[in-house]
Amino acid sequence: MPPAHTDTSTAAVTAAVDTSATARLATGLRRGLKLHGMGPVLGLVLLCIAGTLLNSDFASVDNAMNLLTRTAFIGIIAVGMCFVIISGGIDLSVGSMAALIAGSVILFMNAMAPAVGSPVLVVALGMGFAVLLGAVFGLAHGLLITKGRIEPFIVTLGTLGIFRAYLTYFANGGAITLDNALSDVYSPVYYASLLGVPIPVWVFAVVALLGALILNRTAYGRYVQAIGSNEQVARYAAVDVDRIKVITYVLLGVCVGIATLLYVPRLGSASPTTGLLWELEAIAAVIVGGTALKGGAGSITGTVVGAVLLSVISNILNLTSIISVYLNAAVQGFVIIAVAFMQRARR
Amino acid sequence: MNNRRTLFRTAIALAALVAGGAALAQNKVTMGVSIPAATHGWTGGVVYWANRTKGELEKQYPGMTVIVKTAGSATEQANQVQDLQTANKIDTLVILPFESAPLTKPVAQVKSKGVFVTVVDRGLTDPSAQSAYVAGDNPGFGKVAGEYIGKQLGGKGNVVVLRGIPTVIDNQRVDAFNAVLKAQYPDVKVLDAKHGNWNRDDAFKVMQDYLTRFKQIDAVWASDDDMAVGVQKAIEQAKRTDIKLVLGGAGSKEYIKKVMDGDKIVTADVTYSPSMIADAMKLTAEARVKGTTMPATTIIPSVLITKENAAKYYEPASPF
Repeated sequence: MPPAHTDTSTAAVTAAVDTSATARLATGLRRGLKLHGMGPVLGLVLLCIAGTLLNSDFASVDNAMNLLTRTAFIGIIAVGMCFVIISGGIDLSVGSMAALIAGSVILFMNAMAPAVGSPVLVVALGMGFAVLLGAVFGLAHGLLITKGRIEPFIVTLGTLGIFRAYLTYFANGGAITLDNALSDVYSPVYYASLLGVPIPVWVFAVVALLGALILNRTAYGRYVQAIGSNEQVARYAAVDVDRIKVITYVLLGVCVGIATLLYVPRLGSASPTTGLLWELEAIAAVIVGGTALKGGAGSITGTVVGAVLLSVISNILNLTSIISVYLNAAVQGFVIIAVAFMQRARR
Repeated sequence: MNNRRTLFRTAIALAALVAGGAALAQNKVTMGVSIPAATHGWTGGVVYWANRTKGELEKQYPGMTVIVKTAGSATEQANQVQDLQTANKIDTLVILPFESAPLTKPVAQVKSKGVFVTVVDRGLTDPSAQSAYVAGDNPGFGKVAGEYIGKQLGGKGNVVVLRGIPTVIDNQRVDAFNAVLKAQYPDVKVLDAKHGNWNRDDAFKVMQDYLTRFKQIDAVWASDDDMAVGVQKAIEQAKRTDIKLVLGGAGSKEYIKKVMDGDKIVTADVTYSPSMIADAMKLTAEARVKGTTMPATTIIPSVLITKENAAKYYEPASPF
């Protein structure tokens, strides 16, 4: 039996009425999901209207592209984070992980450059290395959590410190900078556009689309939701819970790797402040997007909207100067809570 | 009888010990150095300079021991200060406090036990908790930057400012910068000042948004070399040619190199060197060994680095 994974209230009501329960459940589900997505979308629309009123440049194509490009990092990580949170887990280490991957990849590419003649090949190898490293870190998390039976919160709290400390160690407290020749070859990955849309935005779109397909159209996606909804029931239903969980962390690691390979060409360097608090931004994007922190239910569309919404707030604050610069974080906090409230009211 | 002899012997031994101790104290200094861990470029530089100076001092003054400890938070640093006093038996402490308020009490306590305390850069909330204070010149940092930008623009133009993490230091710098422009270059207009938090990524975003918002920017006061990296990338991406000058600060080796090599946009830098920890350690060591008094306050001036003097400040081995 498929475990109910939407609002418990809707599910309970529909289950009580026995006649044509399936049909009712289906409509209930659809309505629930539809309204679910309304909070963040409504919030985003309101913010965009406010932004345009405050500064006409807000609605310009250039600004929109800047905004989407800078959202790509957090957005891609948030897609992976969405899986982990839906399965009932959490990952606090993604910011540090991104920083360590960025640093390691730069060191790797700088070391490879003299041995391998072609800079293009070096960059390609570096990109592959970033994704591989992410997958390995994710696998380590997954195994520690499932086989090691340690709370995800604890495991990733531990690696949060470990990853950043190693980056600081490799950087000797300063910055790790990419070789200039490599930087020139690599920079189009961030700065170039395809059909007028910057590459990171394309990558973000593809990752989000794949994420949505995996979550909603595959058996794996259903298992993830089932585990988050009720792990015991999923276990009884012969779902290989450990394997599914490990894969969610590997997926997240891969997402962090992809985000990093887009991040490195932006500044061509990694320092101990790289990716600071990204974990909280990614988690905020997922939660603002309507995914339950306790797991079980969530959507990729919501997550994408959530991530864009967070960037829009800081963008508007930068484009205007009506609010004291000391209150930026407060404005972000107010909007996050307001959006979450809109969601709750509509549930 | 026997007892009395023992007592007598003990007294002699004690006297010898005290005399010996006093003799030792004249040249044997145990210095604890407590600094924040290398979490960003500037503190990375502080750690580098502290370790380097430890070696120099121990060579220069035989018998001197220098113990360098780095802390990741104010609490950790407070614990370390305590440990240095109780376990390592330091008689001299050079400390760059993580935060002013939480470290005032622990440092005051160490000082009350007879330890000589030199506080560096970030002050304590109660100056009586320190024996000496060595710091960078924050108002000077803003003033020198303001004077340079005003002069380079010929007294007329639009400037955007990137601020650091909201702190007293940042306020002092920005206030001094604004004051100089207002007094000497009233036609230089500061379009806006936002926080880039001494962080490359934040500076990149803030600069992108400045570029969207302002069609004509003549100069950027990035106020920090880390932030200048992000600023320059944003300008490159937007392909803007109106910006004639990006002025960072703190004197990182990359930016000093740029100034040395005659970069078109980065023509100068303003020092606020992490090597001030080295100055503080050297001044303190000298005063302790020679028994001279150290000035209560030593301000290390912020100076302008230009192509002419850049080589003097270039330190390739430093991580910053």
